[in-house]
Amino acid sequence: MKKTNTAQGNGIAPDKAQRLLVLPFRKSLEISFKSIQARFFRSLITTTTLVLAISFFSFVMVGTNAANGLLSTGEREYRQALVKSGYDLEPDQVTVGSSPKQRWIAILSLLVCVVGIVNAHLMAVTERFREIGTMKCLGALDRFVMRLFILEAGMQGLAGSLVGALAGAFFALASFGLRFGSPALTHLNWGDILGSVGMAVGGGILLSLLGVMYPAWIASRMQPVEAMRVEH
Amino acid sequence: MNNIEYVVRVSEVTKSFNLGKIMVHALRGVNLEIATGNYISIMGPSGSGKSTLFNMIGGLDKPSSGRVYIDEVDIAQLDAYELAWLRCRKIGYIFQTFNLIQVMNALENVTLPMTFAGETSSAAMDKGMDLLKLVGLSDRHSHKPNELSGGQQQRVAVARALANDPSIILADEPTGNLDLTTGEEIIALLKRLSRERNVTVISATHDFKMLNVSDQVVWIRDGLVDKVENRDELSISVGQIGARSESETA
Repeated sequence: MKKTNTAQGNGIAPDKAQRLLVLPFRKSLEISFKSIQARFFRSLITTTTLVLAISFFSFVMVGTNAANGLLSTGEREYRQALVKSGYDLEPDQVTVGSSPKQRWIAILSLLVCVVGIVNAHLMAVTERFREIGTMKCLGALDRFVMRLFILEAGMQGLAGSLVGALAGAFFALASFGLRFGSPALTHLNWGDILGSVGMAVGGGILLSLLGVMYPAWIASRMQPVEAMRVEH
Repeated sequence: MNNIEYVVRVSEVTKSFNLGKIMVHALRGVNLEIATGNYISIMGPSGSGKSTLFNMIGGLDKPSSGRVYIDEVDIAQLDAYELAWLRCRKIGYIFQTFNLIQVMNALENVTLPMTFAGETSSAAMDKGMDLLKLVGLSDRHSHKPNELSGGQQQRVAVARALANDPSIILADEPTGNLDLTTGEEIIALLKRLSRERNVTVISATHDFKMLNVSDQVVWIRDGLVDKVENRDELSISVGQIGARSESETA
């Protein structure tokens, strides 16, 4: 009994199977999901930043789609109504793009959102030093910790940008419907709108992942000895 | 060959920390051998280098010079992956603050190290339930840490420490956050498990209740091993220890 013990001990680098350290993907997904659940209110606040930024982005995009829908009817009164409501249209223009000003505001809001996400996750990492340290003591590798944080951010990103994109699209269509009446809604190109919403969701997930990279890296490099710290 | 096997050997270990202008020498040449299956207490006032030595034995820190062998493996030679492997398979940790993962229930906490070690889910569950039974908490397996008392949380932590059948259990002030009787229960539990499973228990502590069950007490003072007392020597000098505790708390 003792002999085999030492034999194992000497073989600190035994065959591959025995020195395996793993965290199955399903398990990491489960842990991340539970972490979000346990800190639901905190996650909600982090996600709200994303929801707001993405809904603005989606609002601008879908608004442009709706304007194009109106233009495609070719009727002069809609054209004039659009120009009156602030769209810069050349006489021979048949489609509108978003204006540079809109684009800048959208980009700026997305940037602010990323900074907010980075900040929120950095706070979460410093708060969870004990949990991370303990996991490391139990044998977690740097990449397990990194994966947990990225998955968490990915889930928040998916939920946040879905809500944001749909809300933005809804408000854009609602405002067009109110301003131009039912024709604004009947001449929509739903394919374009779906594309815009999809882009907003994709962009939101990307931003969320971008924002968590640095905090996740910090977390993954945390030393196991942190778990021993008694006072904060 | 000597038939005593040493699970931990520390030879001529020094550790210095560079705090800007001054160098702090936390350990100044420590030699220590810990035999397999013993229950060891490391005692010493704060600032004595006790925690530094303890962390090194636990593979959480590397010495500035000298060697630390765990199961005859020099930890300074290990890379990050091998150290993680060592922590997963060879060492079980018990903390003063229990450190259960708050979002997981008792059973999931116990099975987590087994998951890392590549155990299948059902095998880990079975073994986790056995371990919880061993610490007397099988009926509480689905409770979250915040639904358990301090003593119960520490029991779960003990079960978790045993998950991958480690050679060493490292307990950092395991009774520090517990009341007297609960602390005694945890100590008794650790002692029983150490004997039944031939696991070496190493604890850093201020708790004199620990001394009664320790096979060996290592006193650290000013970065050196002051003395190592065996069980039989201890029982004779109980009065002395009492006196010592008074002088230390004063």
